[in-house]
Amino acid sequence: MKIGVFICHCGENIGRTVDCPRVSKACQWLPGVEVSLDYKYMCSDPGQNMIKDEIRKKKLDAIVVGSCSPHMHEKTFRKAAVDAGINPFLVEIANLREHCSWVHDDIDAATDKAIDLVRMAVEKVKRNQPLTTIEVPVTKRTLVIGGGIAGIQAALDVANAGYEVVLVEKEPSIGGHMSQLSETFPTLDCSQCILTPRMVEVYQHPKIKLMTYSEVEKVEGFIGNFTVTIRKKARHIDESKCTGCGLCTTKCPVKKKAFNSFEENLAYRPAVYVPFPQAVPNIPVIDETVCTYYKTGKCQMCVKVCGREAISFDQQDTLVTEEIGAIIVATGYKLYNIEKKPEGSMIKGYGEYGYGKYKDVVDGLQFERIASASGPTSGEFKRPSDGKEPKKIVFIQCVGSRDDSKGFSYCSKICCMYTAKHAMLYKHKVHDGEAYVFYMDIRSGGKMYEEFVRRAIEEDGVKYIRGRVSKITEKNGKYIVKGEDTLASMPIEIDADMVVLATAMIAQTEASELAQTIGIPYDKYGFYNEAHPKLRPIESTTGGVFLAGACQSPKDIPESVAMASAAAAKAMVLFGSDKLEREPVVAKVNELFCAGCFLCKKVCPYGAVEVKEMKDRNGVVYKEIAYVNEGLCQGCGTCTASCPSKSIELAGFNNEEVFAQIAAL
Amino acid sequence: MSSHNHQHAHTIADDIAEKTFQDVSLCYQCGKCSAGCPVRYYMDIAPNKVVRLIQLGFYEEALKSETPWLCAGCQTCSTRCPQEFDLAKFMDAVRELALEKGVEIKHKDILKFHEAFLNQIKRFGRSYEIGLIAEYKMKTMHLMQDVDSGPDMFMKGLLEVIPHKMKDKKSVKDIFKKTAKK
Amino acid sequence: MKVGYFPGCSQTGTAKEYDISLRKVVEKLGTSFDEIKDWTCCGATSAHVTNHMLASALAMRNIMLAEQQGLDDIVAPCAACYNRLVVSQHETMTQPALKTEVEAVLDTKLNKEIKVMNLIELFQKIGKEKISENKTFDIKNIKAACYYGCLLVRPSSITHFDDAEQPSSMEELVELAGAKTVDWNYKVECCGAAHTLARRDIVLDLSKKIIDDARDHGANVLVVACPMCHSNLDMRQRAMKRAYPGHKEFPVLFLTELLGLALGMKEKELGIDKHTIEFNYKELAAEKAAV
Repeated sequence: MKIGVFICHCGENIGRTVDCPRVSKACQWLPGVEVSLDYKYMCSDPGQNMIKDEIRKKKLDAIVVGSCSPHMHEKTFRKAAVDAGINPFLVEIANLREHCSWVHDDIDAATDKAIDLVRMAVEKVKRNQPLTTIEVPVTKRTLVIGGGIAGIQAALDVANAGYEVVLVEKEPSIGGHMSQLSETFPTLDCSQCILTPRMVEVYQHPKIKLMTYSEVEKVEGFIGNFTVTIRKKARHIDESKCTGCGLCTTKCPVKKKAFNSFEENLAYRPAVYVPFPQAVPNIPVIDETVCTYYKTGKCQMCVKVCGREAISFDQQDTLVTEEIGAIIVATGYKLYNIEKKPEGSMIKGYGEYGYGKYKDVVDGLQFERIASASGPTSGEFKRPSDGKEPKKIVFIQCVGSRDDSKGFSYCSKICCMYTAKHAMLYKHKVHDGEAYVFYMDIRSGGKMYEEFVRRAIEEDGVKYIRGRVSKITEKNGKYIVKGEDTLASMPIEIDADMVVLATAMIAQTEASELAQTIGIPYDKYGFYNEAHPKLRPIESTTGGVFLAGACQSPKDIPESVAMASAAAAKAMVLFGSDKLEREPVVAKVNELFCAGCFLCKKVCPYGAVEVKEMKDRNGVVYKEIAYVNEGLCQGCGTCTASCPSKSIELAGFNNEEVFAQIAAL
Repeated sequence: MSSHNHQHAHTIADDIAEKTFQDVSLCYQCGKCSAGCPVRYYMDIAPNKVVRLIQLGFYEEALKSETPWLCAGCQTCSTRCPQEFDLAKFMDAVRELALEKGVEIKHKDILKFHEAFLNQIKRFGRSYEIGLIAEYKMKTMHLMQDVDSGPDMFMKGLLEVIPHKMKDKKSVKDIFKKTAKK
Repeated sequence: MKVGYFPGCSQTGTAKEYDISLRKVVEKLGTSFDEIKDWTCCGATSAHVTNHMLASALAMRNIMLAEQQGLDDIVAPCAACYNRLVVSQHETMTQPALKTEVEAVLDTKLNKEIKVMNLIELFQKIGKEKISENKTFDIKNIKAACYYGCLLVRPSSITHFDDAEQPSSMEELVELAGAKTVDWNYKVECCGAAHTLARRDIVLDLSKKIIDDARDHGANVLVVACPMCHSNLDMRQRAMKRAYPGHKEFPVLFLTELLGLALGMKEKELGIDKHTIEFNYKELAAEKAAV
């Protein structure tokens, strides 16, 4: 076997600490090595041409490239090898940069180590088998989880490209948090007005299958070939019969038993309800926990008034299975809550701000509802406790965010902007009102964002005070806010009528559970991890699963929408070909030796090991052995390490190859 | 690869880090400590600014400040600090350093009170109010302060004429001797 | 049941009535004290603001004595002593270098961690239900503002006692004794005890705010669990009247005195007559009836 060795200087990156000419010279004498050369940039065109020329000239069978990490240029060198007629799996990379030059100082020692690394690669490549890539089919359907603005945008983009979409939303209506907002920064256009047309478009789109009041329960399979089980929760309303007339909701006698979560608990809703007037679909849900019928067996007012016999008390949850090629996760966020939580909770609350005992200390979303024309006060500024118009409002930023002691170190990113908007909206309606904002830093990076904040200060007279508030107390209907202006170095006390807390954006309650169901990683806060913070911000590390919006980290509307369109594009890239190519680095069972202990099946993290029946010529099963589903196998090698009879091996990394590599050291 | 650790002179900030097991760079100057400080109105420099002075290396200005001496040690700041910086402990360290470095203390009365208090302990092992008050008044010459409550307390048996001594006074003297600042 | 007792200096002087009422109430509830023999001052604020080693050694001498006496837990009824003992013990036992140094100063080995309790924890250990079981006198006309001060609940990362911002354990005991409580704002604000002699202006200002807030929220009695707080809030009211003309007297009781009343003891028996601001339950009840 003739082997070529090519040592790259990577400019100064390797060359500075590894004596590359010495490495190539030393490797010249290794058994099996026909030629050994070094070059400044092996990944450049001349470098690649040098490899190709040597393969052709010396009729090489395999090559070893001593260069950077295979993550960077394995593909490049494999392609060069293929161009020159060698199987791509007869190319081995010795990582002389990340594993050697970057982590050492001593040139002699680093050079010796580099020679060792190349020698090991040479011994391995001698035993490498030529492999061919695996092709798997692609189901050209997308599952979008979450029907907020990100999910809506992603679904519409994919559907408009002609591919089918299943959009799953756990609430009775799509729209998400954006549907709760009054007006949006920095243009102050009405949130509902720009969102509702998109919601309707989703509902009417022939390529979108909308499943509201539904949750993803199980995800099986792999990129291009997922099987997803969705639980459609019982609405207790026959969707095919309901016309959305709303008579049941107005006649329901349950008035004050359940808080209206769309109104952020500032109002009540009946037992049969549509979350908000513009809901899509405009079909009510019956809340079993407060409905009189489920408690006493009586009432049935809704049944009496419904002209379409659409009420269905005994409706059950149903499970629906969908074949899916790509998944876009767009599950959004929730707000930090300052209430006292049980011991051990990740949310520690704010005792110094009263743990939520003060009625007129509200959070950002509650203030959105108070400011909204469709909200519980019809857009008039009235405080929750007594309905009076607040003449002095204090806004406090970074509540929960940037607060290590409360467990959340990150900046929630949108609060600076929405607080400026809140103060502005208030000043526009209450001309004699005073608005104070306690902030730590004003973070207004974004098109027209800084200008927006300046407008609040310069034109609308909002007073900004740089400092965190220490305590809020209540006295005679006023809220005493104790702060310090750190710029003037002056203690400040404000007796406010109302306080608005810009509480942190945090991950959804069940974010980590859903991540485990789908099989994607998440950070310590429950936000989903992207594959690479710079170059792969849309993809999760699991093939075929993409991220959009605030489920990945705090984001505003334009960012969420941009990310959603990017996720849609990623799904469409996947659908661009009929077959997917996969690396052939998968486990394979030696059917003669396998004893059928299925330890491999137990340890496989991907569920790729199946049971195969071995039959004799009469069709009688004489033994059961392990079988690897190549589509599911991710080539991690856990099975090969655990097999007691050494009868399962990983292509490209079989025992012989790996042991030879070790023995060469 | 070259090392990024440069040798640098031992600073007051290092002393504080050693005494409090925390680095002053933790503080991001939000001012929540000053906002909640019960004695803030009496201080010459806001508590967060004392930290800032140390962060920037203006050690003399920080050690000379009245603020550490006015700190009542109530730990409201430490309890509420979003960065979990123990400011009360920091103030202890600044006071100790001010004494060690011989900086002129503006708030002599407070220091004299502490000295008088500790003298009682050194002598009797326990605090002795009449002795404390007498010594403090002699030190500060505030002879007429608190004359209103003294006789009343005396009549009610709350002020003892004879100090409550403990037996093993030597062990307490030893403690003072061994922990005395050189 | 027997519990280790660290009285602290105030208990032997200005807060004698705290010691008296504490011993009586505890006895009534079937518990007795094992006082730490030959205890020393905990070092108080003066030590820890000027000399950290001295502060640690003075406090740890008492922990050492408790260990030698075979005690597992001790109660320090003064919130300031409680804080010093808990914090010093925590620091000494978790920082090996400090431990070595303290051991050298005390010329001993520290082997055991002693559970240091504050007054409320003591009653939690004795059994809260015993208060309602032994209650013989109705004190329902008391509307108490329970004052924790700063050192009872801090630092919560070390004391792990109640909620540092919105504590409620004292209210629970007071309500079990039959009195009413109010929700108010100055539960955990500092009274400035450290400056009691040197900066009386500060102490008067802080203490006045506490009393006013209690009154504004409908309380007729302030209940405390610390002799430092008591001396500032009760004894200083005379000076307060001079500094703030129009200041109305407001009674301040130790928690133990309030419990003692509910357990059938008389004001004099509990030492309440030693207070600067007089308190008599019958008068309070009559006043309330008149209003």
